[in-house]
Amino acid sequence: MTNNPSQFALLSRILHWLMAAMLLAMLFIGAAMVASLGNYHRLVAIHRPLGIMILILAAVRLVNRMFTTLPPFPPTMSQRERFLASASERLLYTLMFALPLVGWGMLSAGHYPIVMFGPVHLPPILPANPTLYAILRKAHTILAYLLFVTFLFHLSTVLFHTLIIRDRLLNRMALWPVRSRKKTSS
Amino acid sequence: MNSSDHNSGLEPACAKLRRGSLMIRLIAISLVILGITGLFAYTAGWLTPNVLTPTRIIDRFEQVNGEHPGFRRNHAKGVCISGYFESNGQGVGLSKAVVFLPGRVPIIGRFALAVGQPYAADSAHAVRSMALLFKLPNGEEWRTGMNNIPVFAVNSAQGFYELLLASAADPATGKPDPSKMSDFLARHPESAKAIQLIRASTVSSGFGDSSYNSLDAFRFIDAQGSALPVRWSMVPCQPFEPFNAALSRASDTNQLFDALIADIHSHALQWHLIITVGQPGDPTAEATLPWPPDRRQVDVGTLTIDHVESEDASPARDINFDPLVLPNGIAGSDDPLLSARSAAYAESFTRREGESKNPSAVSTAQTGR
Repeated sequence: MTNNPSQFALLSRILHWLMAAMLLAMLFIGAAMVASLGNYHRLVAIHRPLGIMILILAAVRLVNRMFTTLPPFPPTMSQRERFLASASERLLYTLMFALPLVGWGMLSAGHYPIVMFGPVHLPPILPANPTLYAILRKAHTILAYLLFVTFLFHLSTVLFHTLIIRDRLLNRMALWPVRSRKKTSS
Repeated sequence: MNSSDHNSGLEPACAKLRRGSLMIRLIAISLVILGITGLFAYTAGWLTPNVLTPTRIIDRFEQVNGEHPGFRRNHAKGVCISGYFESNGQGVGLSKAVVFLPGRVPIIGRFALAVGQPYAADSAHAVRSMALLFKLPNGEEWRTGMNNIPVFAVNSAQGFYELLLASAADPATGKPDPSKMSDFLARHPESAKAIQLIRASTVSSGFGDSSYNSLDAFRFIDAQGSALPVRWSMVPCQPFEPFNAALSRASDTNQLFDALIADIHSHALQWHLIITVGQPGDPTAEATLPWPPDRRQVDVGTLTIDHVESEDASPARDINFDPLVLPNGIAGSDDPLLSARSAAYAESFTRREGESKNPSAVSTAQTGR
C-alpha cells in the first residue's frame, strides 16, 4: 500500500479516520438520544444502522490489522508508554465490536424489531428475555462511557506527543503522505 | 525543561520548548479535552437539568402514582390478548405496507386502563387502551397503542408532564386539587378544549364495545412514494351499549376486565380498522384537535381477538408498544408527541424490565377457562 515505513498503510489510515468520525458521532448521538424527547426517534433511526456499519467496518479493520505491518513506535515512547498504547488499542478494538453487538443483542432481548432502513431489518441474535435486556441495556451505557474515556486518553496522549514532545507521532496516522525523516537516523 | 537532559532517543526537533510556549501548548491540549468532555456532558443533558427528558417524565409518573416495580408506568393495569388481522386489500392504494395486502397476519396485544397503579379498581372514567403488535410475514412489525377517547388531552410532552401533576391526587384529600387543574387549563387552552370533547363523548359499557383511536396522525406512503396524512381507529363490531353505573358492582375491582374475559371466552371479538385520510390543512401535529367529520374513511380489514391471557403468562407483558415501530409504508407525522411517547415508553420499559415482577391484578386464574 505504501512504501513509507514510518506511516500506517493507507487503508489503515483511511479506516482509522473514518471510524474515528463514526464512533465519535455515535457517542454523541447515543448521549443525545437518551436525553431527548423531540429528537429521540430521529436519532435512534440513525443510531441502529450506524452501529451495524461500525460493526462491519470493525471486522474489516481487524482483518486489515492482522495482515499489515505497523510502523515502529518512535524512540520517544518508553516501554511503559508502548505497553499502554498497545493495551488501549486492544481495548478500542474490543469496544468497536462489543458496543454494536451488545446493542443488537439488547434489542433482540427487548423484543424489538432491529430495523435498518425501509423494510430491511436484522434477525434477533438473542431470545427475548427481560433480565437479559436489562443487563445488556446497562452494559451498553457502561461500555459507551468506557469508549469515551479511552478515546479521550488516546487523543490526549497523541496531542501530548505531537505538541509537547514534538516527535511527530501524529504523522504516523496522517491521511496525507509524510516523508520519512532522514535526519532521525543520523 | 532541563537543558542538560538529553535523552538519547529524543530527536533534535523536540529538544527544548520555552516555558511560555510549553504552557500555551499544555493549555491548548487541556482545552481540547475539556471542550469535548463539556460538549458530551451538554449533549447528554447533564448541564441542563431543567430541560424535560424521558427520565423526568417517568420520574413524575412514579412521583404521582408511587412506585410499582415491574409494571408499566402508565397503562399499568392490563390483560394480554391475541388473534389476527384480516386485510381486505382496500388499504393497498393508501400504503405500500405489506399488512394491507389481502390476507391474515397474527396479532398479539394488550387491553389496559390508562392508570399508573396496577391494582387500582376498574373505573368507567379511566381511559381504556388497546395496544397491538401486527407480525408481518416479511418479519416487519407494526405496533400501535390506541385509546377510547376522541382526541388526546395534550399536544406536547410539556403539557403531558404538567397535566400529570395537576391531575394527581392530593395526599391530604385523596382527590385532585381543583385549583391546580384550573391553573393548568388556563395555561393550556388547547387541553381545556380537548378535555371538553373527551367529557362529551359517551363511554361504552366495556372494552369490547369501545372504539380505539390512534389520536396522533401518521403518514401512509404508497408504492409511488407519495404520502397521505392519516389517523386510524378500531371500530367495534360489538353493538355499543352505554356504561351503566347501576349495573356496576363496587365489590368487583376488575369488573371491566372480567367482562372482557367472559366476552372473549364466549365468542371472538371483532373490530374494523378504519383509516381516516386527512386533507391538506388538517392538523397533524395537534393531537388535541379532531379532524372534520366528513373526511374519507376506508375500512381496510377486520381485527379478531379470540384469546385472552394474564400478563403473568403472556409475552405481551414484555413488549414495548412504541407507536413508532412501524412497517415500511407507514411513518410518523410531525406530531411531537410521537417521538416523546417513543422516548418515554423506552425509559419505562428499561426500568420495568430490570425490576422483579409482581403478579398482575388480572391473574391467570381469572383469564383461564
